Amino acid sequence: MVGPVQATPRNAKGGGSTRRGTLTDRRGSGIPGILWIPAVLALCFLLLPLLALVLRAPWATLPHQLFTPVIGSALVLSLVSALCATALCLVLGIPLAWVLARSQGWAAAPRRVLRALVLVPLVLPPVVGGVALLLLLGRNGVIGRYLDEWFGLTIPFTTPAVVIAEAFVAMPFLVLAVEGALRGADRRFEDVAATLGASRWYIFRRVTLPLVVPGVAAGAVLCFARALGEFGATITFAGSFPGVTQTMPISAYLAMQTNPDGAIVISLVLLVVSVLVLVSLRDKWISGVAA
Amino acid sequence: MSAAGGLVADFTVERAEFDLSLSLDIPAGRTVALLGPNGAGKSTTLRALAGLVRPASGSIRLDGEMFDSDGSHVEPERRRIGFVFQDYLLFPHLSVVENVAFGLRATGVAKAAARDRAVAWLERVGLGEFLSARPGQLSGGQAQRVALARALVGEPRMLLLDEPLAALDASTRAGMRTELATHLREYGGCAVVVTHDPLDALVLGDELVVIESGRVVQRGTPVDVARAPATDYVAQLMGLNLVSGEVFAPSTVVVRRSADASSRWHGTVTSIEQHLSFVRVSVSSAGHTILADVPAAAIAELRLVQGNEVWLAVSKTSEQAN
Repeated sequence: MVGPVQATPRNAKGGGSTRRGTLTDRRGSGIPGILWIPAVLALCFLLLPLLALVLRAPWATLPHQLFTPVIGSALVLSLVSALCATALCLVLGIPLAWVLARSQGWAAAPRRVLRALVLVPLVLPPVVGGVALLLLLGRNGVIGRYLDEWFGLTIPFTTPAVVIAEAFVAMPFLVLAVEGALRGADRRFEDVAATLGASRWYIFRRVTLPLVVPGVAAGAVLCFARALGEFGATITFAGSFPGVTQTMPISAYLAMQTNPDGAIVISLVLLVVSVLVLVSLRDKWISGVAA
Repeated sequence: MSAAGGLVADFTVERAEFDLSLSLDIPAGRTVALLGPNGAGKSTTLRALAGLVRPASGSIRLDGEMFDSDGSHVEPERRRIGFVFQDYLLFPHLSVVENVAFGLRATGVAKAAARDRAVAWLERVGLGEFLSARPGQLSGGQAQRVALARALVGEPRMLLLDEPLAALDASTRAGMRTELATHLREYGGCAVVVTHDPLDALVLGDELVVIESGRVVQRGTPVDVARAPATDYVAQLMGLNLVSGEVFAPSTVVVRRSADASSRWHGTVTSIEQHLSFVRVSVSSAGHTILADVPAAAIAELRLVQGNEVWLAVSKTSEQAN
């Protein structure tokens, strides 16, 4: 492990050995030494739990564990419902992002309300989201009552409920990413397309959307990751019926009581997926934050 | 007034700094060069003609069809005009041939037919080998040609060019200017070329319209404008001096370090520029800038440096002063 005491001189040496950019180097070594301690502690805090997970994983029985019916069906259900939630977010979220990005001309008040609404699921405890969905779509819910009465449709505690709960929580990730991309896109390309005779819908499909594909992809990946890890809203709104609504996070939580090895295996799988997400976003997201 | 064919426009666009107000009357087959300093309203004029900006008042009519008038506005996609933007704006996600075919596809032409017509135009502008290239792989001149082909392939009723040569380096610029002039001659509709370069305007335009701060300050044939500039700006653009209504060439100005009987202006040297066979001295005198072209040797003889006081006269006898 790199300790705080080691880290300080190493950085100072690095700064002195490069001749170019003296200003930057001086600023770099201007970090008070005392800040290195909490900074490195923070890194350990982020890294060590994951390390523990890897260290304690039952590697010998891992393949066997992975393909038990409970974990296998949870894995499939999780992937399918997260993909469906992502698709739902794409279909609804891209138009919403478009409206947000193009709302510059509006009055400030409706714009703020719209933006706040989009951000609600980001700050709302997921359990509250689940309760709210239940009150809307539950058997006695505001809309759910009529779905049941008129069409015989019951949504809570079904797989579609999992998808809805995940989409509710993950939507902001997609909307914000796509909105940012749309804001950054050069709108004069749309002007060109219009002078060439393209209708607004044609322009949206053939110019606007293709130009923001990287942003849409980044948003979709983030959205998928959030949907895959969803727990609170899902267990509240959809419950935990194995094979129907018991997704990986729920499965991991329940397994901790009876079969800790199983919980670790599920957690490992989710960790691998998260790492893959980070790797796929390394250009779009991580360097974007750094820049 | 022109007959049914061509553009008849007289409109006002409201802008933050000043309102843009101008009238244009361009018969089919003619090109107007719209000349003016940065921020004069040149690009806004093109955007209004294209329908991308809505005039506050007035009317725009092309080939007898009303585009804009009080209360009515035809959207850009229904105007059938060709617009070449300043930095070309080729769609980066489409290949060269897809860029050119874009307008045809958008207006319902079948894929194969659109491609054939796009290919024909690309061959016409000498880019038959770049069909599947991406815009990013093209040089400035090539991108210019693609943008022109893209604008012309749909047989537009009017062609709008915004600073078509400004993004090119000097070596490709002269060639492209000639090429563009040829295309404009072959093109049957009316055209507006926006530029801040007098040479572009003189070569490409059948008529010059000069605007400053949203107002037309002069219009006429290139020869007329060059001979009788109406404002300081136009005079400087044409390389001439305009002082108290009198137009004279910088080569007829005589520079002296002391006053004599022929001296007409007294001023301070503001800049000295080396040209090929002479040195151009800018002198600031009572609010005017007067240009004087003198032989390089005169700089040394007169010990001309910035800030020196000089007396100027106009030589009546010779074009070659000093």
